[in-house]
Amino acid sequence: MTAVQEPAAGAEIGRDRRRKEDQRLITGRTRWTDNLTLPGMLHLAMVRSPFPHARITNIDTAAAKASPNVVAVLTGADLGEAQGACINAWPVVTDQVTPTHLPMPTDRVAFAGETVAVVVARSAAAARDASELVEVDYEELPAALDLKEAAAAHESGGTLAHPDLGTNVSAVWRFDSAEAGTGGDVEEAIAQARANGILIEREYRQQRLIPAFMEPRSVVVDPTGEQITMWSATQVPHILRFALAATTGVPESKIRVIAPDVGGGFGGKLQQTPEEMITFAVARRLGKPVKFTETRSESLLTGHHGRDQWQRLTLAATKDGTVTGLKVDLLADLGAYVAIVGGGVPVLGAFMFNAIYKFPAYQFQTTNVLTNKTWTDAYRGAGRPEATYGIERLMDELAAEVGVDPLEIREKNWIKHEEFPFTTVAGLEYDSGNYEAATARAKEMLGYDELRAEQAERRARGDRVQLGIGVSTFTEMCGLAPSRVLGSLNYGAGGWEHAEVRMLATGKVEVVTGASAHGQGHETAFSQIVADRLGVAFEDVEVLHGDTQISHKGLDTYGSRSLVVGGEALVRAVDKVIEKARVVAAHLLEASADDLEFGDGAFTVRGTDASLPITEIATAVFAAHNLPDGVEPSLDSEATYDPVNFNFPHGTHLCAAEVDTETGQVALRKYVCCDDIGVVINPLIVAGQVHGGLVQGIAQALWEEAVYDDFGTLVSGSFTDYLLPTAADTISFEIDHTTTPSTTNSLGAKGVGEAGTIASTPAVVNAVVDAVRHLGVNDVQMPCTPERVWRAINSRSSGGSTTEAAAPHFDSAEGEAL
Amino acid sequence: MTRISLTVDGQQVTDDVEPRTLLVQYLREQLGKTGTVIGCDTSNCGACTVHLDGTSVKSCNVLAVQADGSEVTTVEGLAGEDGTLHPVQEAFRECHGLQCGFCTPGMIMQTVDLLAENPDPSEEAIRLGLEGNLCRCTGYHNIVRAVQHAAGAGSDTERSGQDTGVTA
Amino acid sequence: MIPASFEYVAPTSVADALAALAEHGDDAKILAGGQSLLPVLRMRLNAPEWVIDLGRIDGLRGIRDAGDHLAIGAMTTHHDVGRDPLVHEHALLISKAITHLADAQVRHRGTFGGALAHADPAGDLGAPACALQASFVLQGPGGTRTVPAAEFFVDLFETAISDDEILTEIQVPKHDGWGASYEKFVRVAHQWPIVAVAATVRMEGDTIAEARVGLTNMGSTPVRAEEAEEALAGCPATEEGVAEAAALAAEGTDPPSDLNGDADYRRHLAGVLTRRAVLAAAGRNGTTAPV
Repeated sequence: MTAVQEPAAGAEIGRDRRRKEDQRLITGRTRWTDNLTLPGMLHLAMVRSPFPHARITNIDTAAAKASPNVVAVLTGADLGEAQGACINAWPVVTDQVTPTHLPMPTDRVAFAGETVAVVVARSAAAARDASELVEVDYEELPAALDLKEAAAAHESGGTLAHPDLGTNVSAVWRFDSAEAGTGGDVEEAIAQARANGILIEREYRQQRLIPAFMEPRSVVVDPTGEQITMWSATQVPHILRFALAATTGVPESKIRVIAPDVGGGFGGKLQQTPEEMITFAVARRLGKPVKFTETRSESLLTGHHGRDQWQRLTLAATKDGTVTGLKVDLLADLGAYVAIVGGGVPVLGAFMFNAIYKFPAYQFQTTNVLTNKTWTDAYRGAGRPEATYGIERLMDELAAEVGVDPLEIREKNWIKHEEFPFTTVAGLEYDSGNYEAATARAKEMLGYDELRAEQAERRARGDRVQLGIGVSTFTEMCGLAPSRVLGSLNYGAGGWEHAEVRMLATGKVEVVTGASAHGQGHETAFSQIVADRLGVAFEDVEVLHGDTQISHKGLDTYGSRSLVVGGEALVRAVDKVIEKARVVAAHLLEASADDLEFGDGAFTVRGTDASLPITEIATAVFAAHNLPDGVEPSLDSEATYDPVNFNFPHGTHLCAAEVDTETGQVALRKYVCCDDIGVVINPLIVAGQVHGGLVQGIAQALWEEAVYDDFGTLVSGSFTDYLLPTAADTISFEIDHTTTPSTTNSLGAKGVGEAGTIASTPAVVNAVVDAVRHLGVNDVQMPCTPERVWRAINSRSSGGSTTEAAAPHFDSAEGEAL
Repeated sequence: MTRISLTVDGQQVTDDVEPRTLLVQYLREQLGKTGTVIGCDTSNCGACTVHLDGTSVKSCNVLAVQADGSEVTTVEGLAGEDGTLHPVQEAFRECHGLQCGFCTPGMIMQTVDLLAENPDPSEEAIRLGLEGNLCRCTGYHNIVRAVQHAAGAGSDTERSGQDTGVTA
Repeated sequence: MIPASFEYVAPTSVADALAALAEHGDDAKILAGGQSLLPVLRMRLNAPEWVIDLGRIDGLRGIRDAGDHLAIGAMTTHHDVGRDPLVHEHALLISKAITHLADAQVRHRGTFGGALAHADPAGDLGAPACALQASFVLQGPGGTRTVPAAEFFVDLFETAISDDEILTEIQVPKHDGWGASYEKFVRVAHQWPIVAVAATVRMEGDTIAEARVGLTNMGSTPVRAEEAEEALAGCPATEEGVAEAAALAAEGTDPPSDLNGDADYRRHLAGVLTRRAVLAAAGRNGTTAPV
């Protein structure tokens, strides 16, 4: 075990710097996309289908066109090929079934909320007014809504989401350890366990979630310059520029994409959206700046959703609880189209179901299914929370079956710290970790033994409020991703990142990164890295990002990659600057380059007092009056870094929850976690990422669910019914770290953006089940609503499905005074 | 169009507005007060919170015409004229009470109101006092710390939430 | 997010408001704070041609001691009602319920009369109004009439207020010395109650002499749990003492089934919450089980 590192005296890395970003954000001096106003700017309103599946038989735009201040009303047919297409970057199998995804379909809509026409007007109000006047005639088609039915439709003659495709199955992706040579035969392990061991067979539901970033998506396109400029509330300006160019025929060099201040993403803004494409097309067609900002209802309805799986899991073990095999069979709902990562999301989970354990045999299969619902894609964790949930729930079930503490069953099966690096049954090489240390610390933080004693006492007493303790010992793969691995998985791009360091004449430093922040604090953390390595002041580093004209090269921010991939690129660019400066320093100090040492921002000649700060070298290079022959007058350097491996943060999360057995209400009592995320650059930012991640994961366990009714209508389509927790619903957390530095990047860092979300969901559900297991409950379906918990206690079920109706609090009809 | 006159962040303004114009739209689009933002359409999120005649309101839930003759303070009017941050603004930065910053104007304005009503709130009172404001980034932990800090009780940033037993 | 166009008028007297209502009645909506109306307009669930804003009528604000009852002006904000010492003294149940109503920002703008007239069965004021047997003063062209709570709530979002009338005042009989509790059951703090129970009791020693129980979101209107009330009279204020009576709370109700709970679960909750609310109102720590 390594203790949490203390920052070296004067060092920036490890210091809890307050964020550079905050001054603007706390004073309202912000640049959200919707804040932008350009001369002559026009506004868009979308006309959306109320039906999940229907043929468009006619669109009458006459009345809307005649509405005051309307400039144009356009359909997919009007825009033609200029509207481009929404792409899937990751066909997970070579014969993947991928429906064409036009931003505005011309003949058929495939989910409720799909855009069929766009109104362009001088004001947002005029556009909204006229959008009600567009008459669209639909011929309703049967809709594929139920995931299980849809998966079997090609055999059962059931409803097809896209009738011309002949199936709803987009892809079947499979990994088998026996076939891959990474482990044994899982069927053999299952047969043995059935005969003479323990077999845990479960089916778990990963409900559909909505990322629900706080800033609704907005896009502004200005076509009046030589380059068409798009401002968008996106996580992926570089990928977006590529997709715009690739599908519209506009040269990439003629497109500039800017992600200004972006208000959260969580994967939800990792997309090339129909709205971006439509806005781009309308601006090009009219030659005027155009803006579209979605409402929250539109955002919840049409921004991509996440999760939505059924998981059939079989865990084989010996009688003492040693796992011998795991078989995973997923159904994953893609929604109406295969989104940009799309079917790759469940595939990312394939490598994580074996988690921190030494399973001898493993098989994973996902069947990716098209339905007539909103498309799904990455949401914080993307594939890994689903996997972690499945295995961490199973390990608790195994512990219950064996009759031992859930931590004991984990310890029996996990990789011991002296066994790293460890090649897993899924074929990944885990570089570092210490599960024993993190678990010991977490137990201490929770007061594990005391709470177990209290639990026993309450059970014995038959208390109305029962106590449960939930365990989640998670790991994840992050730092997406080695390009070679992505290539082997048929992903359409690489996983490198780019950085540039510019030494200004005045001694200031500009850093350009291809990562694209939307709340993570890159400007602060990257400044710390550069300040340390270059020996300049934290305040003297300016981090530039999110504009393809400034940051010409990058692969953006997702998958906990910014620090471990983007940060490493930055380190390498800084090192190049130092090496370029060394040549100049040797010249100016009249010494051999080999005799120079670099530290604290200056070169010194070994064994002398002669010294020259790098900032002075930058000034000398700017003047260029006295450089060695053949040396270019620039210290500026770039680096593009392709990671050699993922990194594997891990941690032990413990949740104590109280269940009111009379109402089913769950109350969080205490939540502690001890995460190993390698070397910490800024503990303040890390804590923020952990806290926020925890609440998103807890929210999946207890509150959030996107629910559709039988008509394909999203009934949890506003914040009134899609329940985000408030401060009043959550508690304060205790977090700590153990540190085993990652060996796959020179910072020793591991990703932290998704850890909290991945770990916390099973910790909470395990706590809920643990509280009522003695009452005959072994599962509660998520979200663990009070009603579900109550039904689970009273019927020994997992609580049943959610009633697909919302209460009409904002009623249109009666009630005189409001 | 209806003529309205009001004071916004200390500045007297007079405009003709459509009655349907929401106060938040008037602030953003006509006055350029884009520090105040719109996060939802059901008044759940609180991102648009401003002070109207001294108390917090959701500016999406007020018509601009209803604010005629009133005094409005937004997040942009909170700092001193010399740029000195309001203690609540300072506390949010100090305690890392924001990440993406989109909910922050509303959180700060509601916190100012909360502390005006109750200068020394318990953690539970803080959490309840912010129930009308959604944040998706911070998990609220550091927002609560920021409010405690602003109230002068924030020195103990390690204070844990054990035994709060908040209903889930 | 942008309402449809409408004309706006803000009368400064009830007479002017009634005149505006007479003129535009069918095409008008009354704005009484707007915390429910404005979301409706923003989402274009309704598009009235006229909006009549009562916010400039000073006479509709304030709380008076009117002898045997309190007179609460319809346009008094929740915030002002909630912190009013008269209300705390004479109608504690209302003070208790208002602390649970929406959030601080909404309580600053929303009005007591506006919320009641909106008649959302999940609103937090209907059940207390029923339990306290409040009366509603309606002013119209023909004069003033007073409607008891039992007749005021007609159906989902429907009240006894006629198209040409305005709710001007709510009269709440004094319940001096009555204990009170409002037990609200939600999944997250910012949602409407799945079920809530408003209970107020008059104690004689350790015995419940009288109890009034109102139910939130247990049907298309707020309702009183009369069978439970009758059974509670004379019960000792103990868990065992009130359990049987409280279990009658859902008798005769027809609660909805939706995302947050099916009808049978709501009926179960009504019984549990009634027991807890009554015990809390009686000063017994019955709101939560001992930790």
